[in-house]
Amino acid sequence: MRFNFFAVGVGFILQTAFLSIRGHELGRCPITNLFEVIIFVAWSVALFYMVVGPAYRLSLMGAFTAPLVALLQLFALIAPIDHSNRAKLPANSWLEFHASMSLVAYGAFALACIAGVMYLVQERQLKTHHLHSVFYHLPPLTDLFAAITRLLWWGFVLYTLGLISGFFVGERLPWAQIICAIGVWVLYALILQGRYLRWFAPRRVAALCIVGFSAALTLLWGITFTAQTHTP
Amino acid sequence: MNLFCVGLSHHTAGVETLERFGGNADVDYRLRGSGCAEALLLATCNRIEVYGASESRVSTLDIARCLDRKIDDHISPESATFYRYEDAQCVRHLFRVASGIDSMVVGETEILGQAKKAYQASRLSGAVGPHLHRLFQRAFRVAKQVRTHTDITRGAVSVGSVAVDLAQKIFGDLRSCKVLVLGAGETSEKTARALVSRGVADLRVSNRSGERAENLAQLTTARVVPFENWPNECREIDILITSTSSEVPLLSREKLAPTLRQRIDRPLFIIDIAVPRNVDIGVNELEGVYLYDIDSLQSIAEQSLAMRRDQIAAAEEIIAQHVGEFEQSMTRGLSRAKGTAEHTAVEDGSLRASEL
Repeated sequence: MRFNFFAVGVGFILQTAFLSIRGHELGRCPITNLFEVIIFVAWSVALFYMVVGPAYRLSLMGAFTAPLVALLQLFALIAPIDHSNRAKLPANSWLEFHASMSLVAYGAFALACIAGVMYLVQERQLKTHHLHSVFYHLPPLTDLFAAITRLLWWGFVLYTLGLISGFFVGERLPWAQIICAIGVWVLYALILQGRYLRWFAPRRVAALCIVGFSAALTLLWGITFTAQTHTP
Repeated sequence: MNLFCVGLSHHTAGVETLERFGGNADVDYRLRGSGCAEALLLATCNRIEVYGASESRVSTLDIARCLDRKIDDHISPESATFYRYEDAQCVRHLFRVASGIDSMVVGETEILGQAKKAYQASRLSGAVGPHLHRLFQRAFRVAKQVRTHTDITRGAVSVGSVAVDLAQKIFGDLRSCKVLVLGAGETSEKTARALVSRGVADLRVSNRSGERAENLAQLTTARVVPFENWPNECREIDILITSTSSEVPLLSREKLAPTLRQRIDRPLFIIDIAVPRNVDIGVNELEGVYLYDIDSLQSIAEQSLAMRRDQIAAAEEIIAQHVGEFEQSMTRGLSRAKGTAEHTAVEDGSLRASEL
């Protein structure tokens, strides 16, 4: 348990160092291409794990978080996606704020998704009475649900800030992307609303966290894909 | 100097035999009088064992006579089947005992506390010298390592403790949980007590006979709920323990579903230990409800026990390694110390706080 936290912590420090060096080189927030975006999302996931893990004694979350972060980083390193976009993107503080807030929100949504998977695994075992060895390592259901709720709130607030700041970028607005982004925002707003108005049971909320993050990832892929194909 | 262990355990003797050879208050004195340079008696409800160190061999019969309480004429020191382990086998046996491998419930941890108490008592009486000191200190280390590096203590192995473990896996901290005990039987009382020992403060009891409910409420500092009102409590409670003698189910899916709509965000854990069951099995299909009957709790307890047994091989590996190391260290250490200095250290030293 401690090793998980320590390992993710060391990885987080190295990620921070990399993003800092890259940021100094670029003279702006290092999210100018898909490579940097993926590293930034992985950094956000690690950041939220560091915040949420100890608060809810959910150290095992590291065993779920670490592979996701490792996969994201591995993909970023192997795939030929580190193309310089320095000339194409002029420095714009609103754009940087919009992009960084949105990506940090992705980190919270990713971790809510991981906590959702853990919840469903634990819940399934309790319901069917088939307890595997992982059962004894997973956190209690109520702790997981509290963590999911907190992560959803963090993600939702940051995503809202990112979305609003997007309107102040001062460039022509890509309406298709905006509609999709608002769609993701509405989905998360519904999950939170449903959680507090008791429309959804905790199990349903956990499942919707997975659906929501899948939708958010699809949107992110769409945004970076169209940004790369539409740049001259 | 040779190390030995002479004893009886649940593997070899019945309760009557264990009672007869439990040893009297002067057992340390008698053992030393029989030729043991050092002696330690480990007496639990499942085993009576003497660990000793002596220059010349002390016979098993002499040890048995020292332990004899002479309370049952049917059994004699000559007829009881004591086992005996010497040197490396004795070391290995103690390591297995302290690790819980030799216990009736594999992996139970109570034996380690009992071994520490026995060691402390013998140390204070001066019956433990350098040989047993080293042996027991190493045994405590081995037990800790086995517990940390294997899953031999994992999972509950009794119905009550399985229920409590499951409650903790659902709710985490049980201090804020509200528990209703329906039916004032012995098993529900035990389960309720187990929950209270883990921090449950809000306990309610309901029973057809108000008098029995009052009795249980007094024993467990619970609040009595009139039997006709218990269904209303389902809106508030987190854990329901049922053990009434009702022939028909008291709680069905249809009865519980409307109540659950008002508490969809909170799980409800139902422990049905009644035979026949008090809760219809269909209730488990409801969202957020986790229903366990006596069969499923017993099945989990058996799974845990099987899982613990699977860990014995891994524990034995750790023990084998330590037995080898211990023998080497004894040979090296004792030839250096030549007895006297070591004796002083043991008499002055005490168990470290972490080991008690």
